[in-house]
Amino acid sequence: MKIAVCVKHVPEGHARLDPTSKRLDRTGEGALNHFDANAVEEALRLKGDSDSEVVVVSLGPERAADSLRKALAMGADRAVLVSDDAAAGSDLVATSAILAKALERENADLVLFGQQASDADGAVLWAAVAERLHRPVVSQAAELTLTDGSLRVKRQTEFGYDVIEAPLPAVVAVSDAINEPRYPSLKGIMGAKKKPFETLSLGDVGVDAAQAGDAGSKTEVLALGEPPSRGDARKIEDGGNAAQEIVDFLAEKRLV
Amino acid sequence: MSVLVFLEHHGGELQKGSLGVLGKAATLGDDVSAVLAGGDVRSLAAEAGKYGAKTVYVLEDDSLEPPTPQPRVDVLATLVQDKGFDAVLFGNSVLAADVAAGLAARLDAGLNWDLVDLSSDFVGKRPALQDSVLVDVGWRSTPRLALFRAGSFDPAESGGGEPAIEDVSVDFEEHSRGAKVVSQEAEQSSGPSIEDADVIVAGGRGLGAPENFTLAEELAKALGGAVGATRAVVDAGWYPYSAQIGQTGKVVSPKLYVALGISGAIQHKVGMQSSNVIVAINKDPNAPIFEFSDLGVVGDVHEIVPKLTELIQQRKT
Repeated sequence: MKIAVCVKHVPEGHARLDPTSKRLDRTGEGALNHFDANAVEEALRLKGDSDSEVVVVSLGPERAADSLRKALAMGADRAVLVSDDAAAGSDLVATSAILAKALERENADLVLFGQQASDADGAVLWAAVAERLHRPVVSQAAELTLTDGSLRVKRQTEFGYDVIEAPLPAVVAVSDAINEPRYPSLKGIMGAKKKPFETLSLGDVGVDAAQAGDAGSKTEVLALGEPPSRGDARKIEDGGNAAQEIVDFLAEKRLV
Repeated sequence: MSVLVFLEHHGGELQKGSLGVLGKAATLGDDVSAVLAGGDVRSLAAEAGKYGAKTVYVLEDDSLEPPTPQPRVDVLATLVQDKGFDAVLFGNSVLAADVAAGLAARLDAGLNWDLVDLSSDFVGKRPALQDSVLVDVGWRSTPRLALFRAGSFDPAESGGGEPAIEDVSVDFEEHSRGAKVVSQEAEQSSGPSIEDADVIVAGGRGLGAPENFTLAEELAKALGGAVGATRAVVDAGWYPYSAQIGQTGKVVSPKLYVALGISGAIQHKVGMQSSNVIVAINKDPNAPIFEFSDLGVVGDVHEIVPKLTELIQQRKT
């Protein structure tokens, strides 16, 4: 059994948008998107002591290798980084096309994603990738079990839980409630350096540069602006009459 | 500009989020259609007319009642290909996000998500980086796909009449039928769900103990609202996950948000800061929540909230 985990290298600390390119500034320090650590952990849990293989896959700048190495240090077996200047600025359509091509090479039984990227707040990529791979997809997985060529997921929804079954191969996005990711051990960190690590260009995965990056994107950022201000905020100290003051405020706003 | 709106239903009712998006679409132009797929949805189609749908495409099929995204991608892709819609709009939900992204890949169409507004010339507004920046986004091709943040638009009846109802027939892709819902478990809650509520009273660590959530529940009841919770208290097992508001959890924008004992960490802020009016009560005068509250009260929730609940009940009677 082979499990592929898609991970993203996200900027650490205070992220900023570059005013010229209008893209996220990815030149600073980065780290493994913490939601993706749940997906890596889940893959390792499913693997257990079996001879299953866990391969981590990322699309990103060269320094995204740091995040893949962290996943290897946690216990993943192998890493694939698709890195190409022509892929910078890819939107959902372009990103999903590139990742799907990289995943086709792996032909994994199960592809896992974390529930969102902490930088772009994107929470949709898996469904686009699953569509390109023609595979069933289940998102918001709070529990995941594999049995005999199929999977069973307890999915969190707005209304409660759905239990969903799907045949493998399939794509699953796990919720961060699914597990507590392990920290890499010192032995894991040392061992990660010796694990197989492939860096591929767009050409290597069979994607034409015209399908990637800005050229392959169907959406664009037009302008950056300031969010609307909240206006006049009031702050009071409770001198014993705060409840009445809140009611007066709500009445003034016609909320009671 | 012809626009198709994805309508979501649950428990025999159209969901407010998708009706809000439909109402918004009706303000952008008059060529607005909606699509409904599920077990017993024909009876819901007429209601969509009130919110501005001229035509409602209906696919009545019991196997589509469970909320799996991929068969719905087939339905929408068929409609877009047959009718040539310029745009397809979605109100965000667990289901809608997966449908929108699947459709984007199927049609190689641009999807902008987490939008809070859209102009008639199709420029979307998206708050980014913990809402510190407001980004204008556009599309380079049609159809334009847009996924709106929950609660961006109030469902407003536009006085439209009976919509035309058209049946849709769809050939489903094999992979679309792979995932099957085998059971559903509703989470017990009383009162409105937090996505639909006009008023949310949310509790955080500052409530001190799980049993003190009754303070939030009673105030919510008095205000006719729903109860929300921070990630910290959900993680601690004080309140169910379905009530979690924040970066992980739900993004809400009610008319009134009352934060009880919530410090206002960024993880929570992104889930509620687009609320119309925010009132926060916290004993720590330096709590970050006061930076984005309309009324901040430095004080003890245990003292203030019971009095507040009582005063509001008195006003109602």
